[in-house]
Amino acid sequence: MLSITEAKLYEAFAQLKKNGEAVYLPVDNTSGEADFAEWKEGTAISKQLKTVRSAKDFFFPQTENLMKFKVHGKKINVIDTREELSDFVIFGARACDVASFKLLDRAFIEEKPVDTYYENRREHGIVVSIACSKPAASCFCTVYDIDPTHPNADVDGYRVDDTFYLEAKTAKGEKLLKQIEPMMSESDDQCVKDQIATTEKILKNLPFANLDMSRFNGDNMMDIFNDPKWNSISETCLGCGACTFVCPTCQCYDIKELDTGDGIERFRCWDSCMYKDFTQMAAANPRPSQKERFRQRFMHKLVYYPKNYNVYGCVGCGRCVDKCPTHLHIVNVIKTLGEEGK
Amino acid sequence: MQTEMIKRAKELLADGTVKRVAGWRSGDFQYELSPSIFTDAEDLEKNFQYSELAASNMSKYMIKESRKEGKVLIFLKPCDTYSFQQLLNEHRILRENVMIIGVACDGNLDIVAAKKRFGEGLLSLKSEGDTITATTIYGEELTAPRQELLLERCVNCKSKKHVVFDELIGEEGVEVETTHRFDKVDELDAMSEDQRFGFWQNELSRCIRCNACRDICPACSCENCVFDNPESGFSNKGAAVQMDNDMFHIIRAFHVAGRCTDCGECSRVCPEHIPLHLLNRKFIKDYDGLYGEFQAGSGEQETHPLTKFNMEDLNPTEALNRGDEE
Amino acid sequence: MQKEALIPVVGVVQKITQETPDVKTFRVVGPDGKNLFDHMPGQCAMLSVPGVSEAMISITSSPAQTDYMEFSIKKAGKLTGWLHEMEEGQEITIRGPYGNDFPVETELKGQDLLFIAGGIGVAPIHSVIDYCIDHREDYGRLQVVYGARTPKDLVFYDEMTGPWKNVPNMEVDLTIDREAEGWDGHVGFVPTYAAELKPSTSMKVLVCGPPIMIKFTLQGLKELGFKDTQIFTTMEMRMKCGVGKCGRCNIGNKYVCKDGPVFRFDELGELPPEY
Repeated sequence: MLSITEAKLYEAFAQLKKNGEAVYLPVDNTSGEADFAEWKEGTAISKQLKTVRSAKDFFFPQTENLMKFKVHGKKINVIDTREELSDFVIFGARACDVASFKLLDRAFIEEKPVDTYYENRREHGIVVSIACSKPAASCFCTVYDIDPTHPNADVDGYRVDDTFYLEAKTAKGEKLLKQIEPMMSESDDQCVKDQIATTEKILKNLPFANLDMSRFNGDNMMDIFNDPKWNSISETCLGCGACTFVCPTCQCYDIKELDTGDGIERFRCWDSCMYKDFTQMAAANPRPSQKERFRQRFMHKLVYYPKNYNVYGCVGCGRCVDKCPTHLHIVNVIKTLGEEGK
Repeated sequence: MQTEMIKRAKELLADGTVKRVAGWRSGDFQYELSPSIFTDAEDLEKNFQYSELAASNMSKYMIKESRKEGKVLIFLKPCDTYSFQQLLNEHRILRENVMIIGVACDGNLDIVAAKKRFGEGLLSLKSEGDTITATTIYGEELTAPRQELLLERCVNCKSKKHVVFDELIGEEGVEVETTHRFDKVDELDAMSEDQRFGFWQNELSRCIRCNACRDICPACSCENCVFDNPESGFSNKGAAVQMDNDMFHIIRAFHVAGRCTDCGECSRVCPEHIPLHLLNRKFIKDYDGLYGEFQAGSGEQETHPLTKFNMEDLNPTEALNRGDEE
Repeated sequence: MQKEALIPVVGVVQKITQETPDVKTFRVVGPDGKNLFDHMPGQCAMLSVPGVSEAMISITSSPAQTDYMEFSIKKAGKLTGWLHEMEEGQEITIRGPYGNDFPVETELKGQDLLFIAGGIGVAPIHSVIDYCIDHREDYGRLQVVYGARTPKDLVFYDEMTGPWKNVPNMEVDLTIDREAEGWDGHVGFVPTYAAELKPSTSMKVLVCGPPIMIKFTLQGLKELGFKDTQIFTTMEMRMKCGVGKCGRCNIGNKYVCKDGPVFRFDELGELPPEY
């Protein structure tokens, strides 16, 4: 396998930047957690397992301009503000992030019409993964057949101490590695194999490794919908959007406008089905209380999405487990609702 | 103490005094307790927990709970009672429908700090005297001084006194004489304008506009928040311009000023660990200095410094000039 | 760049007609005076005024009308309020057509059709009725049961009592909620009237109106022996993208903007009652 030392990695990033390709990587911030940031001279890659925000930001950013309007009296001018992007590199995505891209692709690209904003970013983004070597207690990607030691991105990477081992998986990945070839060298990959073996041992002992998904089989939609346990489990949900916004697969958005003084910008921003105003209409709200809204989010991920696509809408990254202010996350829901008839 | 609490709760449920019990429920991890409403004795026995991990302040839920049929029993730590009293001062909670049992507190553990210290494989946390022992999924057993893993609001605890309660379990405490609550605020005040702006830009740029801080804050109990109103010009979600996102926190701090009891929940729940409480403490420090020391929720208060005017209040120009001097 | 569904085109409101005190019909064409796009009956379009709002409105005119599109809109909220104040010649933005259509070319073809509508609910139904009239030989008996609060609120009253009266094998039954001066037609709520008329259970039914009207109409029809599989409706949900991506109109595993807004009642029966 090709390998590159951390020092040479930053040289490679500098080279890519020179070629017009920005590089984004997980960086420790002042609070001690990691978030993706653009690499510049002096930036060091974080050693943390997860970033607070998921990598979906790169393809589906929190706010994104859609178009602009100029209004003069009775006339309207629609201005297409889309621009061709240049290629960019996401370095350090985890297997759960990579899997989430496929889920988002289904909604934004495969389901017609194509969302060109998302597709444009997706085409230009080159994903380099770093396999997990020390999964966290909140991780459960294996429940969804995701292998953290084989992320399947454009380039799969492994970090052993301060050396990175990289393997191209797609044509895009090969093209990327070719650009930084001079900084890499061919290496024996035994240490990678050893790391994978250690990781697999940890995976077996994860607290959520054996989550029972059997009740969520897509055929008993109304059965689960009408389960009385939704009442008690949703009672102290705040209705904030923390779970939604750190989730790599949540993709609901709102469309808003901003009067810039020089035209009206129409933009979209992340939204959460947990919010009060999500289904609010002038006449009524079909989801009047937090129970209905709480239920909607989890039904969507565990029942509605799989009913349409035969795959769950969750990648087991555990971010909601880490971040929910009241600890009412998806694992809790799966365990509570997964028990029939109690 | 947990056993006593469960016993008392079961008694009150059995004799019909209360219909529901608000407390903490054991979760998927030993160190994660969910705020929860219990309705039966078996559930309480099996799942109710009270420990140094019971950080949630459940006062705000009482706005809705006190309007349901039947009385609700709530356990409140000292700092929780200030929030409850403040909500009573604002006529948000129907006092006659809530029974309060005050419980003593020796400080809550900071799970975020614990994970930073012990890693992401954290399985359990336990205090033994001044030491915390942690176990992880990697088979490790690690220790750290308890003092270093307390929530910031507990390190700078302002009071062990319960300002409102019907019964007490554990020792009654007193207000803390001196805390270092305002040290960090003083530090920020001593910075130059640019430095301070840089500090806040760095912190607020991480905000994901999840609204967790607003939704957990007992002072933020508006039925229809100004940020939820599409006509207000302020968004409740991500805005097109970063400054709009930053302004959310400043506007919210203004809205709760004088009513914020400094319970620390906002910073505890922020997914990006933004030290929001510093904004609120700045307001408290300012009005303490301008209008005399005032602690929201410390008793039955009709007004607070920002909603009443005394002839002795300093001239607005004086306050303005003081700002310029700084 | 590739066509983007969220970016609208500009339309000109060529003509505005006052139908009832709070309903106006807006005729929209492109800046070149020609129709902007084709549609099938039951489909909708997203109309917007930049700086005001964007909303999904059903296209009221028949697809056979190839010179323009019409939208009969009730004044209810921000956007509709603004539209009601506008003048002819004003430009708006429009994108579409969105959603599925009433299955006029499949399930409903050759059938006897019963249209039951209340208030502004007649708007999407109007598109289907005109389509059937334009292709008269393709459909059997046409019966329209329509009601509003007062005679003034009956949308398309002139068309219903004029041109529609002359269509072969077509019956129009109008009703109003309470007695009104100058009205000597039927008085009573739509669901009750529809049941009284004892329509043949071989008909296919299209219903649209306020939720409470639909509920009681459905009850009445079931009592007469109609099955879920014979009855169609069109649904209203809060929408933003209109193309099944933003999640707002998601019910069960369907998106109202994409898999609907037209649904058969047995299909609705399989979905969570969140509408």
